[in-house]
Amino acid sequence: MIPLATYALRLGDDALVLTQRLSEWSSRAPELEEDVALTNIGLDLLGQARVLLSYAGELEGEGRTEDDLAYLRDEREFTNVQLVEQPNGDFGVTIARQLLFSVYQLLVYGDLRASSDPTLAAVAGKAVKEVAYHVDHAEQWTRRLGDGTEESHDRMQAGIDAMWPFVAELFESDDLVAELAAAGVAVDPASVQAEWDRRVDAVLADATLTRPTPTWRARGGRSGVHSEHMGFLLAEMQHLHRSHPGATW
Amino acid sequence: MSSEWPLWEVFVRSRRGLSHVHSGSLHAPDAELALRNARDLYTRRQEGVSIWVVRADDITASSPDEKDPFFETASDKPYRHPTFYELPDELAHM
Repeated sequence: MIPLATYALRLGDDALVLTQRLSEWSSRAPELEEDVALTNIGLDLLGQARVLLSYAGELEGEGRTEDDLAYLRDEREFTNVQLVEQPNGDFGVTIARQLLFSVYQLLVYGDLRASSDPTLAAVAGKAVKEVAYHVDHAEQWTRRLGDGTEESHDRMQAGIDAMWPFVAELFESDDLVAELAAAGVAVDPASVQAEWDRRVDAVLADATLTRPTPTWRARGGRSGVHSEHMGFLLAEMQHLHRSHPGATW
Repeated sequence: MSSEWPLWEVFVRSRRGLSHVHSGSLHAPDAELALRNARDLYTRRQEGVSIWVVRADDITASSPDEKDPFFETASDKPYRHPTFYELPDELAHM
């Protein structure tokens, strides 16, 4: 794949895998209203993933469609960060994951609007409005749970603690991104880290939560190294398409 | 848990210049989240440009038992309707 295709695929894989996780809340969220909210967020991400995967396939020029890329790649070919594949856990874990990822995605898409690649700029321009809402949703809940009852505080803190080892990977750069960023095409994730820290720290402080100091950190998602949960996620996501190739509604 | 979240009534203004119209109701723990839930439940197909949410408890409604004294007494007073004016022919759009 050419570098731009790989970059589009990374952005698309992040969105696609988180969509799959959020869809697992369908019919199981703590409240009907929250069920709709989480799956709406998932649908926004699915829309982003579809455009980005299609674009990656188009750039690759080997005739792979969005479906081929979503359903027929194996675990080692997925380039999402490990944060988005982490299991939903309880509502606190899900909200923690949403907060950490959505703020990151908002900042990346925000800068990507100025990309010299018109397709990426257009995707970012549309997505940034959607993700602003995802951030708001996660911030609202983080504040309420963190600064709520003793139990909600403990669960929210546990969620933040569980997801924090996956944060460092978000801001990792490599030669591919560095070159694309220097050419004005991509956003170097390291460049948004200070703003991410400021924004997330402010929410944590408001929510009476403590910023964790993790003893380990995840790495490798961008090069296809995933946590043990990824295989199960893909099995569920890809099963139908692989059992019935070409099936349509 | 559900029983602990209060009920909210949702009013959506579909376009500028129109009034807010009752769209339905939902449960939410507070006003801010009620507004967000309303956005997700009632405006996801571009139905609105503005949303009001009101605690259902805060609405004072007329009772069905009071239907007759409230509304029936108007039925035999047709002179309250502006139907006795002769409209000039050149007046359009009436």
